[in-house]
Amino acid sequence: MTPALELSGITKSFDGFMALSAVDFAVSYGEVHALLGENGAGKSSLMNVAAGLYAPDEGHIRIDGRPVAIRGPLDAKANSVGMVHQHFKLVRPFNALENILLSDPRGSYAGGLREIASEVARHCEALGFEVDVDKPVGTLSIAEQQRIEILKALVGGARILILDEPTAVLSDQESDRLLKTIRSIAAQGAAVVLVTHKLGEVIAHADRVTVMRGGKTVATADPRAVSVPDLTQMIVGSNVHEVPSPSQKIGEQLLTVTDLRGARADGHVALTGTTFTVRAGEIYGIAGVGGNGQSELAEILMGVRKPLSGRIDLAGVDDVSGEGPQERRARGLAFIPADRHTWGLAGALSIADNFAVAGVLSGKYGTPIRVDGAAIRAATRKAVEAFDVQGVRSPGQKAALLSGGNAQKLVIAREFSGSPRVVLAHSPSRGLDVRASAAVHERLRSARDAGAGVLLISEDLDEILLLADRVGVMNRGRIAAEFFSPVDRHAVGRALVHHG
Amino acid sequence: MDFLVNWISNVPGFAVPFALAALGLILTEKSGVLSLGAEGFMLMGAMAGVGAVILTAQPELALLVAALAAAMVSMIFAVLVVILRVNQVIAGLAMVFLCQGLTSLIATLEGWTSRAIIGLAKLPIPGLADLPVVGRIVFQQDIVVYLTLPIFFAVQWFLTRTETGLKLRAVGENPEAADSAGINVSLYRTGAIAAGAALVGLAGGYLSVAVAKIWVDGMAGGRGWIAIALVIFARWHPWRALFGAVLFGAIEALIPRVAAVGIQVPQYFMLMTPYVATLLVMIWAAMRGNVRLDEPGALGRPHVREERR
Repeated sequence: MTPALELSGITKSFDGFMALSAVDFAVSYGEVHALLGENGAGKSSLMNVAAGLYAPDEGHIRIDGRPVAIRGPLDAKANSVGMVHQHFKLVRPFNALENILLSDPRGSYAGGLREIASEVARHCEALGFEVDVDKPVGTLSIAEQQRIEILKALVGGARILILDEPTAVLSDQESDRLLKTIRSIAAQGAAVVLVTHKLGEVIAHADRVTVMRGGKTVATADPRAVSVPDLTQMIVGSNVHEVPSPSQKIGEQLLTVTDLRGARADGHVALTGTTFTVRAGEIYGIAGVGGNGQSELAEILMGVRKPLSGRIDLAGVDDVSGEGPQERRARGLAFIPADRHTWGLAGALSIADNFAVAGVLSGKYGTPIRVDGAAIRAATRKAVEAFDVQGVRSPGQKAALLSGGNAQKLVIAREFSGSPRVVLAHSPSRGLDVRASAAVHERLRSARDAGAGVLLISEDLDEILLLADRVGVMNRGRIAAEFFSPVDRHAVGRALVHHG
Repeated sequence: MDFLVNWISNVPGFAVPFALAALGLILTEKSGVLSLGAEGFMLMGAMAGVGAVILTAQPELALLVAALAAAMVSMIFAVLVVILRVNQVIAGLAMVFLCQGLTSLIATLEGWTSRAIIGLAKLPIPGLADLPVVGRIVFQQDIVVYLTLPIFFAVQWFLTRTETGLKLRAVGENPEAADSAGINVSLYRTGAIAAGAALVGLAGGYLSVAVAKIWVDGMAGGRGWIAIALVIFARWHPWRALFGAVLFGAIEALIPRVAAVGIQVPQYFMLMTPYVATLLVMIWAAMRGNVRLDEPGALGRPHVREERR
């Protein structure tokens, strides 16, 4: 049987980074084909090639066995490929019908709306959908907006439907409902690609599964013919190269988080009762797939976001959750943020200013009304040398000129200058090369050995397994499982991807 | 009574420049382009209109020339904000100063400054113009006044009842979604800038050809800025903008009437009232609640296309 969509030998690189290398993938009519893998495995990149958002460097696309060139979303639409992106492409003040008319013009406004209304009604009936087509989509729930995106694809004539992480934004009941809908779309003859990192969904709802890791396809299989451990192994791989060095001396509790609940800016409750403890002289690693509440946890711990409820005990002080970042810093909390250019450094200011900013009120750099520039520069020079920050010609140079690894070293130099008691490191080696990440890891270990408690939040499982003395797995806003070092990689992998 | 009829019959002539300029701005801003250059486009229309009357002696034709001239000079603005993605506030302000200088230069070189011209004639509607009171107020106006209402209907229809209008609004609300639906964002924005500037230019031309019947430097006198305030007051709705324009037209029309009946009010105080009214209107609009709810979602934000490498 000829596949509906066949991608062969797709290679794609961004600025020298190989996102996809010679990937093969095929989906047939009538099946739900899951594309499974961790964040950054290349799933979305591959599907963006099929949807015309990325032009591949090499490789061929065939639809119904016929070679096609897909140069943009319009080409994809003409070839009956429809994609529902993770971030919806909807105009919020428009209603559902107007949004669909926008991507599927009929030549007349009133007539087009009438046509689309009847087509939407037909699809809704066939799929058992309910959609309010008269309200502005911005006022509808995320699940409804997603249904409108699916309807948009179907009304536009899509017979190959790609859904990119469709359940990431949905509640359990909504996810169940969506996955049933996906099944019935396939049963009606369409080819459906379900991009996901959730193993449970794949086993329950997919006819076939293709696993990707590190920009390559690992295997294609029947999800019910492969054992769960085997699938997990395919997803996370097993290539450890650095030797872990476990903690020698674990001391008293330094950071205790109890039943913490917190919401994102849009009101979504991202933390649903997080509880864990970090002790002196240990690295506590929080593993988890991105978007399970890690960023909110980091922001709440830092004091830039208020929790809904719960308590945070820091360095022997009961409940600091009402305090701001400055008070927490004074209690010995240091913070290495995930996005160092937004939260860690002010790129337009000098290296010396960036280094000194956290300590200007400490009295080390003059009085509050007179800053001692010479002292700042001297301290900066010393720190730059001690922390091996490369590429610094003078302390007055702009921080934005530092490379990623050296910018991170500067952040660490500043954060460690006050001998912190608790270090919160959020994806500290993201975007760094092997040498730079090894240097960052070494700093975290030496902080731990000096008696600090280190909380390491990372989506990189290898990093967690390498550094952590204990591992908590974060799943939908809480610590779902805890493991002691030495940690069984596959047990963590299962806790990561299991849904439910 | 005579005072009232005199006043009200003069309101449309004063309201039309505000109305057309605000409508043009709404058209441009619905595409997501913040247009602060209105004062400049208005001057360009006013100067070009007078020039055209002097050269052709045809005021109706001159109004078309005024619209065209403003549309042409707005293409500089389009290149700046659509293609080069310059900050739209800076580009708009630059356009004002460019047009102030350019109109003054051209008019001086051509000797058009302070020359009285034959203005746009009134066009009384036969039969209806002789009606008591209503005849003078409604049916003894010029062609542009008569056409303003149909122009408003047409623009409103275009924006809300055509596919092209839907696409234009989508470009102003969410250019990324519009782009992924295959809409050429740059083309729509350029078109909206040109069409909007043409209406602003027509407003300027009306000011010089129909109202003042003369060109002097800087004669728009801040009306472009008032139109910008009107758009915010109207929350980007054409009909509310028309209502605001009539309000401002009424204030402006009152100034010469008050002087004519001999009431002693300092002249500069009277000339100040439109601007005071603008401030009050802005304060009222701000206090009424969230203006941003009605603002086009992508207003002032350049569209950088998603990487398609």
